Amino acid sequence: MRELSLNVLDIAQNSVSADSSLVEIEVLENTEKHELTLGVLDNGKGMTKEQLGSVRDPFFTTRTTRKVGLGVPLFKMAAEMTGGSFSIESEVGKGTKVHASFKTDSIDFTPLGDMTGTVVLLITMNTDIDFVYRFKKDEKSFLLDTRQLKEILGGVPLSEPSIANWLTEYINENTQ
Amino acid sequence: MKTIEELMALRDAAKAKMTARDDSTEVTRIVVGMATCGIAAGARPVMNKFTEEIEKRKLSHVTVSQTGCIGMCQYEPIVEVLEPGKEKVTYVNMTAEKAAKVVLEHIVNGKPVAEYTVGAVAK
Repeated sequence: MRELSLNVLDIAQNSVSADSSLVEIEVLENTEKHELTLGVLDNGKGMTKEQLGSVRDPFFTTRTTRKVGLGVPLFKMAAEMTGGSFSIESEVGKGTKVHASFKTDSIDFTPLGDMTGTVVLLITMNTDIDFVYRFKKDEKSFLLDTRQLKEILGGVPLSEPSIANWLTEYINENTQ
Repeated sequence: MKTIEELMALRDAAKAKMTARDDSTEVTRIVVGMATCGIAAGARPVMNKFTEEIEKRKLSHVTVSQTGCIGMCQYEPIVEVLEPGKEKVTYVNMTAEKAAKVVLEHIVNGKPVAEYTVGAVAK
């Protein structure tokens, strides 16, 4: 993956397929400490201990089209090669939490890239799921909750192009 | 600065447009593969281009959606075009530029771009 935001998109797709009704995306950065933590948390169907044990294994997947699953292993590798860490917790019926921490001053650090693009794509393609986007960079913080937006929109879908454009600019202005 | 008031104005405009939309025409679906393989190969800019072109050309009978792994990862980004009453067309190794051409030639003018299809590429 050329951008970490693409890894986040990929991991969040797992939350979408896990029948979640709420998916939370976290981007927390401390520039002084050169630390970036990315999180994808959902309330989906979760994984059994057995599945959780093998999810880091590239030759484990729930898909039926092929015998390999690279999403989690790629994300884990991207974090660990910077000297950071990776964790995944899951409970059947409760949901899954994935966290990856990066050392941003490492030569192997992949740039975050277009995180807004990832968030907007997830929101507009899955209008039946609620998303929370939590962004914090040093003193600056921003929180987006589609449940609040849906209340304002009153039935107009977030996927409506004019609304999606507004969303892109709104997030960009508040996170850059 | 983008404001919530602006969002409210957009909502009202969208509501007016939604009621005016003609529901009688059948929907054409553009489906983009967005699993690990698709995303890594560049599906996101392809998806964005389709959405942008559909909006720009006011093609209200066309929807863009995503799907998981289609099973031919070496040809990602893969895009399927499903028109009512016609056979499915599968485009492979897509880029944003190719997406714009597919919208113009296939969706608007009704002529699939043969050179981008899986049949032409996977020989």
